[in-house]
Amino acid sequence: MKALRNFLDKVKPNFEKDGKLKAFRSLFDGFETFLFVPNTVSKSGVHIHDSIDSKRVMSMVVIALIPALLFGMYNVGYQNYLAAGTLESASFFQIFFYGFLAVLPKIVVSYVVGLGIEFTVAQWKNEEIQEGFLVSGMLIPLIVPIECPIWIIAVATAFAVIFAKEVFGGTGYNIFNVALITRAFLFFSYPTKMSGDQVWVAKESIFGFGNDLANGTVDGYTGATALGQAATGSATLTDAVGSNLSISDMIFGLYPGSIGETSVIAIAIGAIILLVSGIANWRTMISVFVGGAVTAYVFNSIGSADNQVWNLCPCQHILLGGFCFGAVFMATDPVTSPRTNGGKYIFGFLIGFFAIVIRCMNPGYPEGMMLAILLMNVFAPLIDHCFKQRNINRRLNRVK
Amino acid sequence: MAEAIKIKKGLDIKLKGKAGETFKGELKPEAFSVKPSDFHGMTPKMIVKEGDEVKVGSPLFYDKANPELKFVSPCSGIVEEVKRGERRKVLEVRLKSDGKFESVPFDKAAPAQMSAEEVKSKLLNAGFFAFFKQRPYDVVVNPNEQPRDIFISAFDSNPLAPSYDYALRDFAEELQLGVDAISKLTNGKVYITVSTANSSSNFLKIKGAKVEICNITGPHPAGNVGVQIHHIAPINKGDVVWTINPYDVVTIGKAFKKGAIDFSKLVALTGSSVSESALGYYLTYPGAELKNILNLSESNVRVISGNVLTGCSVGMDGFLGALAQQVTVIPEGDKNDEFLGWIMPRMNKFSTSRSYFSWLTDLINSKKEYVADTNVNGGKRAFIMSGEYDKVMPMDILPEFLVKAIMAKDIDKMEQLGIYEVAPEDFALCEYVCTSKIETQKIVREGLDFLRKELA
Repeated sequence: MKALRNFLDKVKPNFEKDGKLKAFRSLFDGFETFLFVPNTVSKSGVHIHDSIDSKRVMSMVVIALIPALLFGMYNVGYQNYLAAGTLESASFFQIFFYGFLAVLPKIVVSYVVGLGIEFTVAQWKNEEIQEGFLVSGMLIPLIVPIECPIWIIAVATAFAVIFAKEVFGGTGYNIFNVALITRAFLFFSYPTKMSGDQVWVAKESIFGFGNDLANGTVDGYTGATALGQAATGSATLTDAVGSNLSISDMIFGLYPGSIGETSVIAIAIGAIILLVSGIANWRTMISVFVGGAVTAYVFNSIGSADNQVWNLCPCQHILLGGFCFGAVFMATDPVTSPRTNGGKYIFGFLIGFFAIVIRCMNPGYPEGMMLAILLMNVFAPLIDHCFKQRNINRRLNRVK
Repeated sequence: MAEAIKIKKGLDIKLKGKAGETFKGELKPEAFSVKPSDFHGMTPKMIVKEGDEVKVGSPLFYDKANPELKFVSPCSGIVEEVKRGERRKVLEVRLKSDGKFESVPFDKAAPAQMSAEEVKSKLLNAGFFAFFKQRPYDVVVNPNEQPRDIFISAFDSNPLAPSYDYALRDFAEELQLGVDAISKLTNGKVYITVSTANSSSNFLKIKGAKVEICNITGPHPAGNVGVQIHHIAPINKGDVVWTINPYDVVTIGKAFKKGAIDFSKLVALTGSSVSESALGYYLTYPGAELKNILNLSESNVRVISGNVLTGCSVGMDGFLGALAQQVTVIPEGDKNDEFLGWIMPRMNKFSTSRSYFSWLTDLINSKKEYVADTNVNGGKRAFIMSGEYDKVMPMDILPEFLVKAIMAKDIDKMEQLGIYEVAPEDFALCEYVCTSKIETQKIVREGLDFLRKELA
């Protein structure tokens, strides 16, 4: 490590104010602080600081996403082999590696585009590179269908990073969750690539792995998500080859859906990492589940003859679609949720509530989680305002 | 005694280098320095000039806004130098001690039997008013005002803080005399808050018609007078309260008892960079040069007059601050070069975040002490994590929103969110735990100064 340190010290002058590579100063600085803890010492106020920093926070979230990512890769392969009917003859390695090859380009594109913009803006504003996109960049590939073309992911990522984050001032100033803005952009701009029954199962073989499903030789699989099936009026929910989905199937997650959202087990591992490390707020997370369950129970009790979504039990509502993923990784984003503890309960509950309301009341959107979280992002400052006002009133009442 | 105030929020940072309760010797250096910056909120006007002879208690400078507020010499000798900065601002008065510590006259008296006016003029002449701090704004007091109440915190809960009970154990009588004197300055109460952990301290013996003994239990900042005020009798808009440290109450009491001004006090030398044998208490004076007691085990260190959270870095040949009871020496963190520190387990690092494992090692060994250096441990960011400040702020105040209101210079919001109740030291733990490394104490200081100027 000493050699690396010495090398960095040697090239560092090139990147300083008058160096010939000064245009890459932020980039160099980013890599240097990535490799070595910076040697800045406190100048004012406290002389010692807690060891926690935003790099550690962000990397913990990325670590928490890894189970969902790995399972997502396996599931992509699994769905392809299942649809082609060659599941029995495929090895675990083949299935996983196919999924890996199918998902990897999305991760690379999301990071390259997003971090590229971040680096450029940091250099332009003459600031340190902020770590926020490390998380967004990992979230984006996990919340899109596998058949979503990578060029539109690039466009959507660029849009979200610029218009949902940088124009507000960067990490910590954004109003909306950046990854969800990416998804919303995709959803409304390219609806055919984001919903329906054609996008949830990978269709092409890659480097000899997987099966080509597009050439018509394979038939008899349905590519719709379970929520999509319910929204189109199907009373029974099935996986890609038509067998019924049981509750345990929904927990395990081997059915079509966005890459990272299907396995409740993988998401639960992530949730445990986030809660134990204290990085995600348990108040928000629990409240989303409570809100969703209560609302789903109400719709389920009323029931409906022509809208099958109403008839899903609370359990199915929570296990299916992006509910768990959104509750664990999206709703808990500290920047876009309320900052008061009381506010977090209300925020979470209303996310759960609206997610189920959108699913039930608007069959045009089989998945309501994304819109519910974005909607509540808007209201987060208002919720905070109410709690702030309560504090102010308590202080005023003291004088009387 | 009223029922104990219980606070749950807060944090005790367990650092290595606590001073054991042992007396290590006297420190009577030749060089002394009095810095106007130790008395925030006043503009110094010089009374003495270079070459003048001074005694203990001779006024050196006064506050331009309140000429009766005088700041005096801690030693006898001559004024060696008046250091000035930009626009001739007085930075420091250097004194050369003759080693005799001869005092200006101060008549022996029993303050309890004196009139309020007499006590006040005696304290003013001796420069004892410099010991008081005023809230709101956390600044020097205006002697012409009468405070609603006076608050004394009888213990220090900061990291490695000295034990007041040990340092003041021989001064029960002086403490009583001092409290008698300051009781004359208010029509309200003199609240003395002790830690519930200690039931045998001298503070419990203090008597007086206006004296009220309170007690508080919980982690740091339980010893911060601001937290105690908030729970005992909070400051509302328009209220003015004064605070004073027990060390300084004893100094006042000593003068009434002995008839001479004596600023000597037991100062704790603490910190992980001080060699084990040197940790302990030293009898010295405010403004004393510290060089001779700093028995350092390493060279790249920071010498802090005060504690690690609110103290002032004074350098290797620095002086004790005027109001400090503690010197802390910790390693500088400018040469760590730790590889990939953001992802490593870092078992030896203390953190309130459970993404470090100090919470686990603490479960196994709750006495484990950590060595902390001055490294900021990360880059400065905008607010990202929420609720961090709330966990260490045991007041009904929304610290993050208050800091944001200050940043926005929104006077109405600052008032509404309770800026009058706080001092920068109350935000020290917020600054310590902040993931985004925001300098909250500096921001609060600027906010208080801004408000004081705007509303003057």
